[in-house]
Amino acid sequence: MNLLEIRNLKKYFATQKAVDDISFTIEKGSIFGLLGPNGAGKTTLIRMITGIFYPDEGQIMLDGRSFDPTLDVVNIGYMPEERGLYKKMKIGEQAVYLAQLKGLGKQDATKKVKEWFIKFEMESWWNKKMEDLSKGMSQKLQFVITVLHEPKLIILDEPFSGLDPVNANLIKDEIYNLARRGSTIIFSTHRMEQVEEICDHIVLVNLGKKILDGSVQQIKQDFKEHKFSIQLSEPPAASESSAFDIIEQKQNRLVVKIREGHASNDVLQYFLHQQATIESFHEILPSLNDIFIREVEGTKSETRAFQKL
Amino acid sequence: MNKIGLIIQREYLTRVRNKTFIITTLAMPILIAVLIAGIILIAVKGKEDLKVAVLDNNGFFKGNLKSGTDLSFDFPSGVDTSNYLDKGYSAILILPKFDGTPKTQYYIRSKKSIGFGTKQAIEEKINAAIEDNMLQQVGVRRNELDSIHTLSRFAELQPVVEHGNKTEESNQELAYGIGYTSGILIYITMLIYGMMLLRGVMEEKTNRIAEVIVSSVKPFELMMGKIIGIGAVGLTQFLMWIVLIMVLSGSVQFFLPHDVMQQVQALQRNGGVMPGGSIMQASEGAQKFYGITHALGTANWPLLIGCFLFYFLGGYLFYAALFAAIGSVVEDVQNSQSLSLPVTMPIIFSFLIMSVVVYNPDTPLAVWSSIIPFSSPIVMMTRIAYGVPGTVPYWQLILSMLSLVAGFLFTTWLAGKIYRTGILMYGKKVTWKEMIKWAMRK
Repeated sequence: MNLLEIRNLKKYFATQKAVDDISFTIEKGSIFGLLGPNGAGKTTLIRMITGIFYPDEGQIMLDGRSFDPTLDVVNIGYMPEERGLYKKMKIGEQAVYLAQLKGLGKQDATKKVKEWFIKFEMESWWNKKMEDLSKGMSQKLQFVITVLHEPKLIILDEPFSGLDPVNANLIKDEIYNLARRGSTIIFSTHRMEQVEEICDHIVLVNLGKKILDGSVQQIKQDFKEHKFSIQLSEPPAASESSAFDIIEQKQNRLVVKIREGHASNDVLQYFLHQQATIESFHEILPSLNDIFIREVEGTKSETRAFQKL
Repeated sequence: MNKIGLIIQREYLTRVRNKTFIITTLAMPILIAVLIAGIILIAVKGKEDLKVAVLDNNGFFKGNLKSGTDLSFDFPSGVDTSNYLDKGYSAILILPKFDGTPKTQYYIRSKKSIGFGTKQAIEEKINAAIEDNMLQQVGVRRNELDSIHTLSRFAELQPVVEHGNKTEESNQELAYGIGYTSGILIYITMLIYGMMLLRGVMEEKTNRIAEVIVSSVKPFELMMGKIIGIGAVGLTQFLMWIVLIMVLSGSVQFFLPHDVMQQVQALQRNGGVMPGGSIMQASEGAQKFYGITHALGTANWPLLIGCFLFYFLGGYLFYAALFAAIGSVVEDVQNSQSLSLPVTMPIIFSFLIMSVVVYNPDTPLAVWSSIIPFSSPIVMMTRIAYGVPGTVPYWQLILSMLSLVAGFLFTTWLAGKIYRTGILMYGKKVTWKEMIKWAMRK
């Protein structure tokens, strides 16, 4: 079942089509990657999903119903890329306040904030002020504030920036936990290795349009270049074949590209014929990073900061 | 609605709990009370005590030059400019032969410079002595002169204002004082709280918390919450001041010397006249104090305080929305200053109008500037002090109040549109032209 369904969403600013006819669906409980270069329209898209902007055209369906910004506030948790909290306000009060703004009662909010603070070993922070926290600490706090009210849809924009590996893992585990408990997560980032690791499904947008949509595995398959890596026990005697080209060779290790009309078994057969011992053989799939760069490169993506209104 | 309540509560509590707020709220009335008490004390205790030796070359000054309470004239022999200090005089007055030319110059020498008031007092006394001498020369006797001087102090102008068939005492000095003070207070607080709001909005924007909050509430709700919250802070401060001032002014009498206080009480019992004799028996200080308390009693305080709070709130709301709009489009203090100039200018301008209107509350300028919402919060209060419905007819008051309400509804609506766009816009220097464009957009 789909938690979020976006149909032909459009948002035009005076001189730019920030979001130009984008549609996709997100399955309930999945971790969804929203990718794109700076200025691709990600933030505008997210702001429409969080109800900050109204779309010019198109529809957003949340949990089978048409999305209503006022009612659905409590169903969404949004952690923007540029984050910040009140500097002079005590952390505990701040977390409770923001949870109340989401629609939680005061007691309920206080209880939940305390639970999360214990979970993240932040109990001693309650009376500290925001300005006394390090960047990593405030990041953790921001994450807690985002997920506190157990929203159905959690939107995280670059959640790991500024975190050390220990805290990054803590948050990552928590993201998996949330997904397991039924929350759906939209994850927006530039860091492709994180996307490959975490996301089930991705959408790549550029210049306001959707370029790619699919599961990580599917997309990698779609972009595969039929490259294989072979390790032999000793360097091959001959390496001329009609089935493949050698792209790289380091002693007994080769990277080959299979020609049109041939299959991976042709490569194995060729080397088996030579009586070579094959130690390993596996396909090289392109990294999301490569795909991302290939798809985006050459297009004139403009950052929002310089766009004219 | 519930969420605006939460925002108001946060804005209010974080500011009211702040140490600076508590200190300024408590310290201000105490400071003012100490100042007033000090002024009264000085007035009661009197001025410089000056003992003047007179070197008279005319002969007629002795007998005609009268000593006053703080000023005594002596005509000793053997005192000159070299030894007057040794003989116990603080100044020496040299009166050359009077030949009838106007602007004859006399000299007074002293170690310390004498004050402006004392100089005028001595001048008056010399003139009076000369005048008396002239009258004596045409045949008026000295004792006749004295009785004429005491008996001829008749005039004390007491303005009375008609209300239909009733009349009411009116006090120009008091109206001036109240009008000017409330004008200044509204002016200062409008700027202080407007700027506080601007900074608050800017903080939310530069902190990037705005985006977190507007994903929970509408931008307009956030803006309204802030405006109302900070306005409530201002209102709290005023109410606390009013209470504190009332308590403290009640205790001013304890600063007065005991005998003066007794005289004041005697005056209060007898409606300004000392029992069993003329008013001259009471000391100058006691009369002054009685005069102040009596005058304060003639003002219509419930109306004044009510109108003051209305115009403070109305004026605040009118300008606050504009300050909030500016706060939403700027990211640094410098930029905010140049953008807020068009908003602070009308406030400063209305202050200037007010300082003219306080002297002439009935000119067309006064009437119109107290109706137009740009200047009415500051100007109208100074006119109300002169009396409703005497100086300010009811229709003007009602029109002024209605247009102020309409005015702040309009600025809030306008600001809401600018705010909505501005609060999420980063890395861009916004001009007034663009702000107006956003405001006009549907």
